[in-house]
Amino acid sequence: MSLKVKNLKVYYQTLKGDVKALDGATFTIGDGEIMGLAGESGCGKSTISNSLILLKPPMRFVGGRVELDNEELPIWDMEKMNDFRFKKISTIPQYAMNAMNPIRKIGKMVSEILKSKKVDFKSTLPELKRRLDLVELSHDVLNMYPLELSGGMKQRMVMVLSTLMNPSLLMADEITSALDVSTQKAVAEMLVEFRDREFVKSMIVITHDISILYQIADSIMIMYAGKLAEKAPTSVIINSPRHPYTKLLISSLPDIGVKYSQKKLTGIPGKPPMLLIPPTGCRFRERCPVAFQKCLNEEPPFVEIEKGHFISCWKEFEKNA
Amino acid sequence: MKQYFTRKLFIYILTFFIAVTIDWLIPRFMPGNPVQVLLARASLHAEAAKEMYSYYTKAFGLDLPLWKQYLSFWNAIFHGDLGTSILLFPQPVIKIIMRAIPYDIFLLLPSILLSWFAGNKFGAFAARTKWLDNTVLPIGYILTATPYMWLAILLGWVLAMVFPIFPLAYASSPAIIHSFSWIFIADYLWHWILPFSSLFLVMFGGWAIGMRNMIIYELEADYSHYLEALGAPRKLVRRYAFRNAILPQVTGLALQLGIIMAGALVTEVVFSYPGIGYLILGAIQNQDFFLIQGCFLFIIIEVLIANFLIDVLYIIIDPRIRIGMGGKSA
Amino acid sequence: MTKPKKRINEFLYFALKNKRLRVGLSVVLFFLILAFVGPLLTDYKWDDYVGPAYHPPSYEYWFGTTTFGQDVFTQFILGLKASFLVGIIGGGIGTLIGVLVGFTAGYHGGMIDEFLNMLTNIVIVIPTLAILLIISVYLKVRGVLIESIFIGFTAWPWAARAIRAQTFSLRSRDFVDLARISGMKPLKIMFTEIAPNMMSYLLMTFILQFGGAILIAATLDFIGLGPTNAISLGLMMNLAVLWGALPLGMWWWFIPPGAAIAAIVGALYLTNVGLDEVFNPKLRKL
Repeated sequence: MSLKVKNLKVYYQTLKGDVKALDGATFTIGDGEIMGLAGESGCGKSTISNSLILLKPPMRFVGGRVELDNEELPIWDMEKMNDFRFKKISTIPQYAMNAMNPIRKIGKMVSEILKSKKVDFKSTLPELKRRLDLVELSHDVLNMYPLELSGGMKQRMVMVLSTLMNPSLLMADEITSALDVSTQKAVAEMLVEFRDREFVKSMIVITHDISILYQIADSIMIMYAGKLAEKAPTSVIINSPRHPYTKLLISSLPDIGVKYSQKKLTGIPGKPPMLLIPPTGCRFRERCPVAFQKCLNEEPPFVEIEKGHFISCWKEFEKNA
Repeated sequence: MKQYFTRKLFIYILTFFIAVTIDWLIPRFMPGNPVQVLLARASLHAEAAKEMYSYYTKAFGLDLPLWKQYLSFWNAIFHGDLGTSILLFPQPVIKIIMRAIPYDIFLLLPSILLSWFAGNKFGAFAARTKWLDNTVLPIGYILTATPYMWLAILLGWVLAMVFPIFPLAYASSPAIIHSFSWIFIADYLWHWILPFSSLFLVMFGGWAIGMRNMIIYELEADYSHYLEALGAPRKLVRRYAFRNAILPQVTGLALQLGIIMAGALVTEVVFSYPGIGYLILGAIQNQDFFLIQGCFLFIIIEVLIANFLIDVLYIIIDPRIRIGMGGKSA
Repeated sequence: MTKPKKRINEFLYFALKNKRLRVGLSVVLFFLILAFVGPLLTDYKWDDYVGPAYHPPSYEYWFGTTTFGQDVFTQFILGLKASFLVGIIGGGIGTLIGVLVGFTAGYHGGMIDEFLNMLTNIVIVIPTLAILLIISVYLKVRGVLIESIFIGFTAWPWAARAIRAQTFSLRSRDFVDLARISGMKPLKIMFTEIAPNMMSYLLMTFILQFGGAILIAATLDFIGLGPTNAISLGLMMNLAVLWGALPLGMWWWFIPPGAAIAAIVGALYLTNVGLDEVFNPKLRKL
C-alpha cells in the first residue's frame, strides 16, 4: 500500500472560529494507482492536497495519521516534512504557471533547488534532459527566464521539475483548469505516461472536471463538505455510483450528442453547508433526495460495502444489510 | 534596449532643460534686483552708486533683451562660467562650488551606500522572526520619521557637548594643513563622523522598513510557496525573496535622491560642514543669487547623473527588462 | 459585494481593536489638541521678550527661555499649530493633485498615461527644494499658506504613483468591465465603482502626505525659507542653531521641536500600518 490516510482532520483558523474543512478522512491509495479527487468548490479536496504537502497557518492539524510507504508523514512539522518533500511526496500546484522565480534562469533555479536538497545537479542533468524531451520541451529552456515561456510550457516545466526525484506520491491540483481542451488532453496523458514510466508511483489528481478523471484515473474519490462521500474504481463511479450525491453529479454531466429538447440538464439544487458550524448527521442530507430520519441524527461512517468500493450513506448501508 | 535608453536619455535632457530654464526664469520674474543688492552692501555715495549700477548691469548682461540673456546663460553654462559670487566677491562661482564638491562626495556617497546596504540587510532580518520584527520595525519607523536636522542637532549635542568626544563644527580643525598626511585624514574623519552618522541613521530606518515590507510581500508570492512545497530549506526561500525584493529598492534609491539632498543640506548646516548645502545657506542669507543658481545647477546635475547610473544598474540586475525589450516570447 | 454600511461597520470594529491604530491616533490627537488648546495656556506672543535669557525650564517658564529671553513654551505651542496647518493643507493639496494625476493616468492608460508619467518623473527628479530656494529668496513675505501650497505642488508625485498603480489593478477587475459593458459613463464608473474601493488607499495616501509635508516644512523652515511672519517648529531649531544654542547647551530650545515632529510623524506612520492591517484582512493577526 502506497498511501494510508487515517481519520485526517485539518481545520482552518479564522477570527470566528475553526472552519472544519477536512473532518476525518480515511482512505488508501495503492502502488501505481491514479486516484481522482472530485467535488464542489470548498468540499475539502484542496485542503487534502495542501495538508499533505504544505500544512501552514491558517491551516491547523487537528488529528489523524498519514503513512506513505509504511512511513509516517509528520505533516504537522514543517521542518521535518522537508525531508519528504520533493523526494517522496511532490505536487504540481494550481499556480504552476507562476511557480518559478521570475528573475532566475530556469536551469539555475533547478540546480539551486537540487543543491539545497543535497542532490547533485550534474549527475541529474542527463535524466532532466530526457524528461524535457518527453514533454516536448527544448533543452534551451534551461537557459531561459520563465517569462520567455508560454503558459503551457511553464506548466510542463513544473511537471518535469516536481517529478524529477521520482516521488512516491504526486498531487496534481487543478492543473487542467486554466487550459484549453486539447492541451488538457495532452497534459492528462502526460500524467499517465509519468506513472507508466514509473517517474511517479501513485497520484492524486484533484479537479472538478470528472470527464478528465474518466480518461486517466484508476479510481475516483468524491468529497462533500469536508467529508468523503464515495470512493470506487472509475468505471463504477461513472456507470454505477451508489451515493446519492455521486449519482446526481454524474447525471448532471451532459452526454455527447444529446440535445436539450431530448433531455434537460439537471443540477443539484441548494448549496453546500457552511463548515464553521457543520450540520449534525450526514452533511448532504439537506440536498439529498433520499434522506431519512437517521441521516439527521447520525453521521454515516466511510465503509467498504463491496471490494474496493467505499461509501458513507445510511440508505446504501440499509440496502446492503 | 536602444529604444529604452534613447527614451530615458530624452527624459533626462528634457528634465535638465526644464530645470535650467526654471533656474534662469525665476530670478527674472521675481521682485528684487541683484545688482542693487550688490551695491547696497557696498554702501556707496549716490553718484558712484549710479555709475556702478550701470556698469554692473552691463557686466551681468541685464540690459540685453530677455531672449538674448537666456541664450547667453546657456552659452555661459557650457563654458563653465557660472558667474561671480556676490558673497565671496570676486571669486568665480564655479571655483567656490568645486571646492565644496569633494566634501559633499565624501559625506554623501558612503552614507547613502552604507545605509542602503545595511538597511536592506536589517529589513530582511526583521522579516525572519517575530521578535526581530518587533524590535527593528519600531526603530526603523522612528528613525525615518526623525527630521534630518534634529538628529544632527541631537548627535551634536550629546556627542560633542555633553560628552565632548567629537567636534561640533567644520570638516577639519582650523590650524590643520590640507594634505594627504595621516594627521589630516584622521582629523577629517574625526570631524566627519557626526554628520555621516546623522545622515546614515535616518536613511537606514527608511530602507529597513521598505525592505521588510518587500520581503514579506515576496514571501507570499507563488514561487515562494512552490519552493516550500518542494521542501527547499528556509535559507533558499529567503535568499530568493531577498534577491527579488532588492529590485524595487534600487528604483527606490533613485526616487529618494532629491529628498536625501535636502537632508544632507540641513545636516551640513548644523555642523557647518563645508559642502554645497552649507554654501547654499550662506548664499541665501546674503542673497548671493549667482551662487544659488550655480549650486542649483550642480545639484540637478548630480541628481540626474545618479539617476542615470541607477537606471543602468537596474537594467543589469533585472532580467525581465532585458528580455522584455528583446521581445522574446514563445 | 457587501453593502457599504455593513462594510464600514466591519472596518470600524477592526479599527478600534487595532493596537497600532489606537496608539498612533492617540499620539497625533494629543499633539493636535495641544496645538489648539495650548495658546490658551500662554499669554505671550512668540517673539515677546518675557524674561531672563538663557533660562532653563522652570516653574515660571515651562520650556525655558531663548537667547533673547523669549518663552520657548509659547514658541513650541504656536509652532505646533503651524506644523499641523502645513501638514493638513500641504498634505491635502498634494493628495488632491496626486489623486487627479494618478487616477487619470491609471484609468485612461495609453498616451495620457505616458505623458503624465513623464511629468511625474520630471517633478520627482528635479530637487524641488532647490526651486523653492530660488523662489523664496525673491519672495520677501511668505506665510504658512504659501508654504503649504508650495509643498503640495511639489510632493504630489508620490501620491500619484501609488494611486496610479492601484487604479491600474482595479480597472482591469471584472466588476469594472461589467459596468462598462452595461453602458455606464466613464465618469460614473470612476465614482461609483472604482472610488469606493480606493477609499482606504486614499486615506492612507493622505496620511503619508500629511507626515511628509510636516517633514518638508521643517526642512524649509530650518534653512530660513519658511513663513516670515510666524513661528514654526523648524524655525525654532533654525534660530536655536543660529544663535549658538548648541555650544551653550540650551537643550530646552532645540530638543522639544524636533522631538515633537518625530513623535507626530512616527505616530502617523504607525497609524498607517494599523490602517493597512484593518483594510487588508490578510495582514490581520489572529
